[in-house]
Amino acid sequence: MSTKTTDYPALPEQLVDELESLSKERKLTADEKKKAYALLAETYDKAKISPGEAIGIITAESFGEPGTQMTLNVFHFAGVSEMSVTAGLPRLIEIFDATKAPKTPQIEVYLEAKYKKNPNAIKKIAVSLKETKLEEVVKGFSINASKMRIEARLDHAKLKTFGIKGNMILANRIKVRGVFVNQTKTLIAIKPKVKTTLGELYHLKEKIKLAFVHGVKNITHVLPLKKGDEYIILTAGSNLKDILQVDGVDTMRTRSNDLYQTAKVYGIEAARQVIMEEAEKVIQNQGLDVDVRHIMLLADVMTAKGAVKGITRFGITGEKASVLARASFETPLKHLVTASLTGEIDPLNSVIENVMMNQPIPLGTGLPDLVVRMDKKKAKK
Amino acid sequence: MKKKQPVKIETVKHVLVPKHLKLTEEEKGEILKTYNVSSVQLPKILKNDPAIKGLKAIPGDVIKIFRKSKTAKHAPFYREVI
Repeated sequence: MSTKTTDYPALPEQLVDELESLSKERKLTADEKKKAYALLAETYDKAKISPGEAIGIITAESFGEPGTQMTLNVFHFAGVSEMSVTAGLPRLIEIFDATKAPKTPQIEVYLEAKYKKNPNAIKKIAVSLKETKLEEVVKGFSINASKMRIEARLDHAKLKTFGIKGNMILANRIKVRGVFVNQTKTLIAIKPKVKTTLGELYHLKEKIKLAFVHGVKNITHVLPLKKGDEYIILTAGSNLKDILQVDGVDTMRTRSNDLYQTAKVYGIEAARQVIMEEAEKVIQNQGLDVDVRHIMLLADVMTAKGAVKGITRFGITGEKASVLARASFETPLKHLVTASLTGEIDPLNSVIENVMMNQPIPLGTGLPDLVVRMDKKKAKK
Repeated sequence: MKKKQPVKIETVKHVLVPKHLKLTEEEKGEILKTYNVSSVQLPKILKNDPAIKGLKAIPGDVIKIFRKSKTAKHAPFYREVI
């Protein structure tokens, strides 16, 4: 006799599955199994959070305490071919504040089946991902004063290592305003469109040096490494949208640790997943343990509006309905002044504003209201 | 490398993206009834969210999301399109 999930609609699938496998292991009789289910259902019911419980506060505490034990700084190791990743508390703050520019954005580039087991192909793709600037593929720059132009001598050996073919026209790639770019086999000449002084030419040279010629923008480092039985490429810098356009990149598994980019490319649900995974990663790396349910709650709150919102006064805290609640968090004056200028009404529906007013808060035992239908005659007496 | 046309990415198939489904009006009503909420109270999803591109959803629709959960294995979730 097999029990289906539908027999116990109140129990989560996970628990039913676990009990099933356990009962098989212990060879329970049908009667024993029935008892076990009854017990499980009862225990599950007791373990449920009661209505009106302040789960947000519990989540805050559950993150706050381990937060005190976390690394406060990122350590860099010179000369080690490993990428530095923000860890510990700073990273956790980055995730929950949904920082627009995280300190160490990263992409895990997975590769398509035909490349993923071939280390040489991986290296080739890896270099083609890295953002390459003009100064990295030339022997040197010089200013030709008689022709009033900048000359860059191409380094064909370097071009080859970056996977740029010699005959490829770099000239079209250089996107600097107001210049003519000419390329011969060994030389790139850059001439300003308008007449300039030597000094301006000098400034232009510095600008030209950093002109983007190859790869994917914002990817500053690439590191091919083995993960399981396949090779992946880890990048420092994140540009999910462009990296997915590169040949050989598996668009089904490649992921970024940048919340906004993920939300933009893969949608809000993927962003929620990334928030959860990133937060879990931080907590695990620190050797701590926070229940996933807390992380799930936070991720849900952060993505509830359809876009990633951090837990800051610019994010979800700033969108609270109550003026007093907002004022109690950060920049109270700003909120109170704008609220009084616009004539905002605070219905005192939530917790913090009622605490301020010295009233019962709608939480726990303060939540239920009593509705009494008074008999009119009795009421008159 | 020639300048090529951007390849369309099938975001829907990504490992991070759970299945999204647009509910019919009836299903929507049922869901709102079982949870005793109005659709305004549901979490939101933008109408141009990459994950619901193929569903032709318009604001007001409710999207069912088949999430995988660590604690419950499967956890359906609902979002209103805005």
